[in-house]
Amino acid sequence: MIIKKSELSSFLDKLTGQYQVLAPVKKGLEFYFQPISSGVQADLSYSNSVTAPKGILFPQSETLFNYDVQGETADMQECLDTGKKVIFGLRPCDAKSLVLLDKVFHGEKYQDPYYLSRRANTVLVGLGCGEPRGTCFCASLDGGPFGTEGLDLLLVDIGDKYVVEVVSEKGASFLTGASLPLAGKDDRAAAAKAKETAFQACTINLEGLKEKMDVNYDDPVWGFLHEKCLGCGACTYSCPTCHCFDILDEVKDSTGCRVRNWDACMFPLFTLHGSGHNPRPTGKERFRQRFMHKFKYFVDNYGAFACVGCGRCILNCPVNIDIRQVLADIKAGGDEK
Amino acid sequence: MNNPYLPIPVRLTKNFIETEDRLIHTFTLQFLKEEDENSFSYMPGQFVEICVFGKGEAPFGIASSPTESGFLKFSVAKVGVVTTALHAMQEGSILGVRGPMGNGSAVEKLKGKNLVIIGGGFAFTTLRSLITYILHPGHRGDFGELTVIYGARNPGLLLYKEELAEWEKRSDINLVCTIDVPCEGWNKRVGFVPTCTKEVAPCSDNTYAIVCGPPVMIKFTTPVLEELGFSPGQVFLSLENKMKCGIGMCGRCNVGGKYVCKDGPVFTKEELDRLPPEY
Ligand SMILES: Cc1cc2nc3c(=O)[nH]c(=O)nc-3n(C[C@H](O)[C@H](O)[C@H](O)COP(=O)(O)OP(=O)(O)OC[C@H]3O[C@@H](n4cnc5c(N)ncnc54)[C@H](O)[C@@H]3O)c2cc1C
Ligand code: SF4
Ligand code: SF4
Ligand code: FES
Repeated sequence: MIIKKSELSSFLDKLTGQYQVLAPVKKGLEFYFQPISSGVQADLSYSNSVTAPKGILFPQSETLFNYDVQGETADMQECLDTGKKVIFGLRPCDAKSLVLLDKVFHGEKYQDPYYLSRRANTVLVGLGCGEPRGTCFCASLDGGPFGTEGLDLLLVDIGDKYVVEVVSEKGASFLTGASLPLAGKDDRAAAAKAKETAFQACTINLEGLKEKMDVNYDDPVWGFLHEKCLGCGACTYSCPTCHCFDILDEVKDSTGCRVRNWDACMFPLFTLHGSGHNPRPTGKERFRQRFMHKFKYFVDNYGAFACVGCGRCILNCPVNIDIRQVLADIKAGGDEK
Repeated sequence: MNNPYLPIPVRLTKNFIETEDRLIHTFTLQFLKEEDENSFSYMPGQFVEICVFGKGEAPFGIASSPTESGFLKFSVAKVGVVTTALHAMQEGSILGVRGPMGNGSAVEKLKGKNLVIIGGGFAFTTLRSLITYILHPGHRGDFGELTVIYGARNPGLLLYKEELAEWEKRSDINLVCTIDVPCEGWNKRVGFVPTCTKEVAPCSDNTYAIVCGPPVMIKFTTPVLEELGFSPGQVFLSLENKMKCGIGMCGRCNVGGKYVCKDGPVFTKEELDRLPPEY
């Protein structure tokens, strides 16, 4: 199927009637995923959004439930979001990150109803990456500019139109009734060509990384890798795979709500015990934790690296710490520095 | 879908000042609804998140035993926001609990073994649960000899004094209490837990050790056990990392790839030796 670029905004207009539609919107020089009320607000001429669309399914701050406790009664109202949503035009790396978050929030024993109900009610329409940024390295992490993991539909830009590829059943049923024209032979050939010529500005070699990290907890490399790091958490807040959070209460009189907010392993308070003891007392341990979590612990627990190569942590770090270099240094080990 | 973030409503029926310094209170909680009480099944070593509406939640080991029905018991030291609010709570107030959380499976592994239970400070709470469980007539036969070593800085800081006195009279438990420095009116043992362990711990054959206490006590007690011939697989430890969700999602309590909330809080020393020392 195809969507002509000239008809994209009317296609989105129709969707906004049935779904909450979230698409890249330009603000200043940057792009953010935002709910749109009209198709013209969406702007697909972007490389990627500043913050990851993860925040649509797992918001930076959300109310888990409201309560009213008076005398003998405790009344609790859970705040589940079951609205139908479409995330339109997200990049394959960000779609893949949701597959990783699924593993966390859909545990064997416990399931997170907030994330999972949004996830179940959201259609993911991806947009293949014709011109990845210089900081992108998705292809080194089992992904690619046209990867489909986690997506329901994939759009491939072929000039004046998008070829729409169906990835999942959810995607197929989403399109029923949309009466889009079928893709012709030329369109399909153009899409294949676009994929073939997609380039990746950079690749990194992660071979042997996990094996190295299985044994390098005491490597001297950790002693200097963190030295520049300010512990600001910009990397974790912009990362599409980071999932740490805090839970706290907000109150007024007898009524209140329990809220969860993103949190980060880069902050000292994250692990501080009530006694004052801190198992990860300095930047060294916290920096090591972030990398160990993504490239060892997550692999041990869920069988995949918790990084999709989106490059946001590189773009947002105020002191230019580059994950690609960090991983290369980890692999090389401290002795060689 | 079952929502693991929603607390079960309970009533605070007793707020008891447990220690002489008044910094530890023991709380008795009862379920508001009978169906909640019936479906809340737990084992010694497990914990809950107690929720003080308006202040937040914090994890506490369950001090009561599943053999005591009708209530849950916790002993809580006052250290911060939630614990201070708890201490000030009027009897009759409504609180919430989420849980039980953590692996309650350790008890199964202890069956058929002689046990030495070693505790220090307020971490004695879950050990009280375990001891009460073992001493229950229906369970006592499942376990071998039982030695309990319990240390506190001074006699006023010992928890559950009445029960300790009862246990001292029994022949099916060897209770050894110790305090850090001599003190008037105390005619029992004086000395730190590790030293005391060296002197009174039973032979390591067919024996498991369960150790629960502040990090420094654990640090000096485990080498003593090793000297006495306990292999790392024979030593159980309970960790208390900072927690929020209690269900392995918020990423806060990990030690290496293990989450203390979900995979612990009880680990064998053998398991911990394979993990980084981040606890
Ligand atoms: C599995 C498990 C079982 C546990 N069992 C028990 C138990 O049975 N009994 C028990 O007492 N505890 C137990 N704990 C510890 C207990 O959870 C903590 O003591 C509790 O979370 C503290 O919560 P809080 O809100 O009172 O402290 P918070 O307010 O969250 O305090 C957190 C940190 O802030 C610091 N802080 C607080 N106030 C101030 C201030 N004014 N200025 C500067 N710093 C401050 C504290 O030192 C602490 O490090 C257990 C923990 C775990 C993980
Ligand atoms: S670690 Fe960096 S590159 Fe990897 S997914 Fe997170 S933000 Fe993107
Ligand atoms: S963004 Fe950079 S400085 Fe900030 S915590 Fe991450 S690595 Fe450290
Ligand atoms: S307390 Fe959240 S992961 Fe353990």
